[in-house]
Amino acid sequence: MNIAEKILARASGRSFVEPGEIVDAKVDRVMFHDLTGPMTLKAFEEMGGGLVWDPDRIVVIFDHIVPASSIASAENHAKLRRFVENQRIRWFYDVGRGGICHQVMVEKGHVCPGELIIGADSHTCMYGALGAFATGVGATDMAAILLTGRIWLRVPEAIMVKYTGSMPSYLSGKDLILYTIGKIGADGANYKAVIYSGSVIENLSMDDRLTMSNMAVEMGAKTGIVEPDETTLSYLKGRIDRNFSIVRSDGGAEYSEEYEFDVSDMEPQVACPYRVDNVKPVSEIEGIPIDQAFIGSCTNGRLSDLRIAAKILKGRKVSRGTRLIVIPASQDVYREALREGLIEVLLESGAMICNPTCGPCIGVHLGVLSSGETCIASINRNFIGRMGSRESKVYLASPATVAASAVEGRIADPRRYL
Amino acid sequence: MKVEGIVVKVGDHIDTDVIIPGRYLGITDPVELGKHALEGLDPSFPAKLKPGVILVAGRNFGCGSSREEAPVALKAAGVRCIVAKSFARIFYRNAINVGLPIVECSDIQSYVKDGDKISVDLSSGTIEAAGVEFKFKPLPDFILRILEAGGLTNYIRRLRGLPIEV
Repeated sequence: MNIAEKILARASGRSFVEPGEIVDAKVDRVMFHDLTGPMTLKAFEEMGGGLVWDPDRIVVIFDHIVPASSIASAENHAKLRRFVENQRIRWFYDVGRGGICHQVMVEKGHVCPGELIIGADSHTCMYGALGAFATGVGATDMAAILLTGRIWLRVPEAIMVKYTGSMPSYLSGKDLILYTIGKIGADGANYKAVIYSGSVIENLSMDDRLTMSNMAVEMGAKTGIVEPDETTLSYLKGRIDRNFSIVRSDGGAEYSEEYEFDVSDMEPQVACPYRVDNVKPVSEIEGIPIDQAFIGSCTNGRLSDLRIAAKILKGRKVSRGTRLIVIPASQDVYREALREGLIEVLLESGAMICNPTCGPCIGVHLGVLSSGETCIASINRNFIGRMGSRESKVYLASPATVAASAVEGRIADPRRYL
Repeated sequence: MKVEGIVVKVGDHIDTDVIIPGRYLGITDPVELGKHALEGLDPSFPAKLKPGVILVAGRNFGCGSSREEAPVALKAAGVRCIVAKSFARIFYRNAINVGLPIVECSDIQSYVKDGDKISVDLSSGTIEAAGVEFKFKPLPDFILRILEAGGLTNYIRRLRGLPIEV
C-alpha cells in the first residue's frame, strides 16, 4: 500500500484497503475556524447537540476575520468562544494567540506523521507535507465528527509526481506547484491523493513542502503528501508532545498515474485569471501593470517567504501607484520576522504589514480589490471576485515574483533581483 | 427517489467563490444565502433560480473553498438537484450532507437547454429529458439514505432516536 492507503487502513482498523473502497475511519484531530465554525455549531445543535466526542482532539482557531471587522463577525466569534468554554475544548487560538489556522496546526504540533486529520477548510490538505493524511470537509461533516469522532472516506487513487534535475536557486515550492497544477489541471486529481517525490522534494525545505501540499486541492486532490524524512523529523522536534509512528509507502505500492517534471530549466510561474491551472512562465506575462501586491496566506506567509521578499525589497521602494500588503502567517512567524529585522526592511520599502489573518485572500478585509484593479498575490486562488470586486483580477505567484512586481509596479521576473 | 425540475445550465469549473462570494460568509440563514446564489458568476443569476430548478453543469462543479454555504445557498434558491460532468470532492460531500441531490452524468449537457423539463431518478440512475433516457452510476445506498433523510443532520438525529422533519 502507499502512504495514503496505509494511514486510512490504520485509521479504520483494517490491515488492507484499496482505492474506491469506503472506509469508516477514526479521526486523530480536527480543526475548524471562525468562518466555518458558525455553520458547524448550527449543524451540531440541529443534530441534537450534547457533548463533543473528545475535547482534547479538537482545535479551534480564529483567523479568517480577525480582529472582528463587523458586528456580525464579532457575534460569530462570541458564539464560538462560548462553545469552546462550554465544551472544554483544549486547543483554542483566539485573536492574537495563533494566526492562520493551517500554519498554527503545523507549527504548534497538532499534526503528526501517520495521523488522519480533518479540517473544516479546503486547505487542510497542507498537513500532508508532514506525512499525515489530511483533508478538508464542510460544516455538517465537521459537526458529525465533533459528535462521533468518525468520518466516512473513499480510499483515493494516488498520483505520484516526481521532481528531478537540479533546482535553480530562484525557484520555490510555489513555482513547482503552480507548474504542476498547470500540467495536471484544476480537476486532474479529483478525489485522488497526490504524492510528491523525487530528489528535488527530498532537498526541499519544509516551508516549500507546505506550500506544495497546501495547493493540492487546487487540482482537486483530497490530500497532497510528502513521505516523512529527516526534514520532517527535524521540523517536528520540540513541537510534538505525543507518540507517533512514521508511515511510509511500501516498495511496489501502486499509483494510478505518474508524472515526472525536470525542474532544471523551469522559470518562475504565474497563474493567470481566473483559473489556478491557467499557468504561464513569468517571461510570457511580464509587464502587466498591478495596483496591489500581496504576500501572505496559508500558502505563502511563512518565514522563508518573508525572507525572500525582504531580500528583494531591501534598499528598494514599492513602486508609486502600487501598494504592497504583507501578512505573516502566524504570531510566531511575525515575532521571528521582527527579530530578524525583516519587518523593518519591508516597512522601509513602503509595505503595509497587517496582522495574521486570511482577510484579503478571501476578499473580506485588509486589502479588498475594487473593480478594474489587478493584484499579484502569493495566495492560492484567482477565481472571479476572489479578492473583492468581480471586475478585479488576481495573478498567483511566489513571494519572490510578488516582491519584484511590487518594486516595478507591474508583473516582473524576480531573477533580476536574486 | 425521483426529482423533477426545469433546467438551468452553467459551464465548467464553477467554483464556490462564485456560488457564494466570501463577503457573505458568516451568514447562517439559508434564505439570506439563497438570495446571493451564483451572484459571483453574474449578478442577475439569483433571479434565474426559481423553486424547481435542476442545474446542469460541466466539469468540476463546486471546486475551491470548502464553504458549505455554497450548496445551502443553491438549495435555498430553489435548486432541487445538480447534474454535472464531475464534482469537486468537498462540494460533493457538502451537497449530500445538506440534502441536495447531485449526480454525475456527462451525456446530457449538449442535449438539454435552459427551460427544458427533466426528471432524475436517483435510485435507478436514469435521467429523462423529452423522452430520451440518460444513464448514470447510481449513488451508493448509504448516500441515498442520507439524502432520503434530508441530509446528514437528520440522518444523525434518526440514529440518535430524535424526531426529524424532512
